[in-house]
Amino acid sequence: MRITVDGVQLAARPGDTLASALLRAGRRVLSQGIYTGRPRGLVSAGVEESNVFVQVLSGSGEPMVRATEIEAYDGLRVRTLAGKGLLPDEPDEARYDKTFAHTDVLVVGGGPAGLMAALAAGESGARVLLIDDQPRLGGRLLASRAVVDGLAVHDWVSSMRDRLQALPEVTVTSRTAVVGYYDHNYLVAVERRTDHLGSAAPATMARHRLWNIRAGQVVLATGAHERSIAFADNDRPGIMLAHSATAYAWRYGCRPGRRAVVFGAHDGALAAAVELADAGVEVAAVLDVRDVVGADFAAALARRGISVQTGATVSGTLADDDGVLRAVLTSAGETVAADLLAVSGGWNPAVELFSQSGGRTFWSEAAAGFVPDTAAQPTHCAGVLTGAVSLARVLSEGAGAGAEAARAAGLDVTEPATPSVEGELREEAAPAAYFCVDSAAEETVFVDLQRDATLHDIRRAVGAGLTSVEHIKRYTTIGTAADQGRGSGVLAVGVLAQLSGRSMAEIGTTTYRPPYTPISFALLAGRDRGRLADPERVTAIHDWHVEHGAVFEDVGQWKRPWFFPRPAESMDEAVRRECAAARTGVAMMDASTLGTIELQGADVGLLLDRLYTNVFSSLKIGSVRYGVMCGPDGMVIDDGTTARLAEDRWLMSTTTGNAAKILEWLEEWLQTEWPDLDVRCTSVTDQWSTVVLVGPRSRDTLEELAPELDCSVEGFPFMTVRQAAVAGIPARIMRVSFSGELAYEITVASWYALAVWQAVFAAGQPHGITPYGTETMHVLRAEKGYPIVGQDTDGTVTPQDLGMGWIVSKKKPDFVGKRSFARADTSRSDRRQLVGVVPVDGRSRVAEGAQLVSHGAVLTQPPVAMHGHVTSSYHSVALGTPFALALLDAGASRHGEVLDAVDDGHATAVQVVSPVPYDPDGVRRDG
Amino acid sequence: MLRIPCPWCGPRDETEFCYGGQAHVPYPADPSTVDDADWAGYLFFRDNPKGWFAERWMHRAGCQRWFNVVRHTVTYEISASYPPGTSRPDVA
Repeated sequence: MRITVDGVQLAARPGDTLASALLRAGRRVLSQGIYTGRPRGLVSAGVEESNVFVQVLSGSGEPMVRATEIEAYDGLRVRTLAGKGLLPDEPDEARYDKTFAHTDVLVVGGGPAGLMAALAAGESGARVLLIDDQPRLGGRLLASRAVVDGLAVHDWVSSMRDRLQALPEVTVTSRTAVVGYYDHNYLVAVERRTDHLGSAAPATMARHRLWNIRAGQVVLATGAHERSIAFADNDRPGIMLAHSATAYAWRYGCRPGRRAVVFGAHDGALAAAVELADAGVEVAAVLDVRDVVGADFAAALARRGISVQTGATVSGTLADDDGVLRAVLTSAGETVAADLLAVSGGWNPAVELFSQSGGRTFWSEAAAGFVPDTAAQPTHCAGVLTGAVSLARVLSEGAGAGAEAARAAGLDVTEPATPSVEGELREEAAPAAYFCVDSAAEETVFVDLQRDATLHDIRRAVGAGLTSVEHIKRYTTIGTAADQGRGSGVLAVGVLAQLSGRSMAEIGTTTYRPPYTPISFALLAGRDRGRLADPERVTAIHDWHVEHGAVFEDVGQWKRPWFFPRPAESMDEAVRRECAAARTGVAMMDASTLGTIELQGADVGLLLDRLYTNVFSSLKIGSVRYGVMCGPDGMVIDDGTTARLAEDRWLMSTTTGNAAKILEWLEEWLQTEWPDLDVRCTSVTDQWSTVVLVGPRSRDTLEELAPELDCSVEGFPFMTVRQAAVAGIPARIMRVSFSGELAYEITVASWYALAVWQAVFAAGQPHGITPYGTETMHVLRAEKGYPIVGQDTDGTVTPQDLGMGWIVSKKKPDFVGKRSFARADTSRSDRRQLVGVVPVDGRSRVAEGAQLVSHGAVLTQPPVAMHGHVTSSYHSVALGTPFALALLDAGASRHGEVLDAVDDGHATAVQVVSPVPYDPDGVRRDG
Repeated sequence: MLRIPCPWCGPRDETEFCYGGQAHVPYPADPSTVDDADWAGYLFFRDNPKGWFAERWMHRAGCQRWFNVVRHTVTYEISASYPPGTSRPDVA
């Protein structure tokens, strides 16, 4: 296979990661310190990697990925990074899917413990999901030479995979990383499906898949990450975690160096020295900080002619001209030539998911690591995660945890026999909790390689008086890089312990938060992108609007015509023309988006009396009433008209976009407070479509369309409803007005909507009928001072504040909101109240949201007292001047006052006027 | 994400529900007789215990019905789920 790194072709073998291919090719310097610019190379072989990130250029591209986590494929192209990656400019064309899994037992980790857990649970008949982030099962066994049940580890892993696959309820998923462990055993995992296939990836396959998993029981067998030791100049290429070095040698078949020094604080480091020696690396020195080391290991090394220097540390390193390691300085004063320094300070159990689940960890002296303590959820931990070291123990813990989980899931379990293990050295000397070799050159003692943060930084933080590890994390940025502190977190705690003389347990760890490894927004979005991100609702008349050049506005999920410009007409010109038609001739609008709720039952009137501020139970059949709805706090939440169609059948309209909320509001009261009421309600917004006919000539137009309907003022008075055929189509016609003009709302079943709309448009032609959109609707209603809930109100506005005290019943003993009108704050006379404002110069339109301040207030000398703000603002044809609605402190008593409306530092003098400047006596509504 | 037992539909993901705050806070029978302090209590003040808490949920993406849940505010464990109008079960 050929791969391309920074434009240079390299060879790669099947099974390689990008990192192993680079190492085999002898590429040592692959990155640099983000602040120091110091050369950096690979420190690990896996998810711990904190130095070498690349920008993937082939396939879908990816801005910043660990070289150790990229499976090599023919044609892979990457660019190494010194710092952050760049988001590609092109849209991501790859597909991302989501899947949902429900399982009795979820096993996280496909190493020895996870395999045994899955087998134990699976053989009980439980539904089991085993998730592993590697391409191949086996975990750390993949780099091991142990013999399990008489089989070489690879053969044993294969036999385990076969046994699991034979169980019908067991699913095994590789290349899948669990990134989040949330409440109630809900876990999220990322499956990489095609990244390793390159151009061979099937076009139909999603690139990544997001797993949403709900598990009855969870077994965590997440293993451990090797911990480094900090010392002077510990960041040179060639300095690597010891077991990563052995993984390169034994799993990937590439020699991590020719001549090595091994530096450790536990028997595992000595085991790594044995593995390196057997892989053909010359082990020049083994330094162990402890005075007592495991005899088995010392003997194994002695057989290979290697002696262990106890009580020894690394005091520094030397580099060649490229910055690559060339020699190790020891505490004994030796200079040992080496191109590999394999370091192992111990194991950090991978407690991230356990911590995310709410579980607590504690510092185990025996394991020299933070290990799981009490689980907060149905979680079972096994293997290296618990601090176990020997493979035999790991296998038996796995089987035990799997059995325990299946039992907790309610199944009968026979625990499988623990496999026998040969060829493993017994760790017998206690590990040392050792983190940092003190040095005068403390600015070269790196604790967080990715953040270039050092012993010096921690000492400075401690010197500044910080004691909490959370504070030190934020002060030094240690643990905040892309690896989320995997490499540096516990190390920093250890350094802090060393500096402050406190114990590890006392200091504790920082909080682990999801995601465990980065997760892309594209994956979270899945297919819900672009037009599928949110539903678009269109009315039955939508296509006509499109054909007639409407410009649309989003109102909630609805696409509503905003205005209908003629060729070369500006928005202001179009709105002026549409307004003129409505005020002087006839105009029409699609009002199908108005929320409509049908209410049926004997007690509807009673319910409405309790929820609206005015009386509804007295409404006659065939009549319509306007109402305002408040919350218990007395603040307006909705308004609209309700018609009584029959004794027990009512039709309520709500603000566009508020229909679902108001239906829920009705349901909440009916279900939780008044279940005794005989009322059923349902949304019929989509079932009905409404054409609004507005203007002095609307009666003429309607008469032509509905010859059988008596359209006279007496025969069809304001606020009544009629049933009649309109253009031969059964229709319900309401005489209501949101513009102050004579107006009719013609409602038909939605499948007739377009036909009726076209008929109205045709019938109105002799009168110059003009379709209009929401902007004109807003201007017309604003000229009449009709507020729009949610625009002119904001949850702090009472009906009285809107100047609508007339709609608040004094007679009803109670309705929702009434009690609050008597609260001291709600009954203040200086509350913000709805007013109109017009520019003093008669020309300037003020901005919506502009603040109202005293006229002539010096804006450069804060604080500037704010008296209110503009909520709606338009050009008004009818008034011949721009006109705005505003909420103003004690506004009702300030008509005539001049204030400044301030927007973006610019003040416009405005005069406060009545909010109903147009036709205040309502003489126009009868035409 | 919580897994909430709807009394009518069974256990479902939290995203199907909306939250309704503390349960058993009835609308006063006659608000006009409630003094200002108690009315402010009804409007604005709710318990915030560390421990078991009876709270309202509505199954918005399902049956659209309200119900009550007893949930532990530290562990998020849910010990009961019951219809509105019934009293808090004696659990946990």
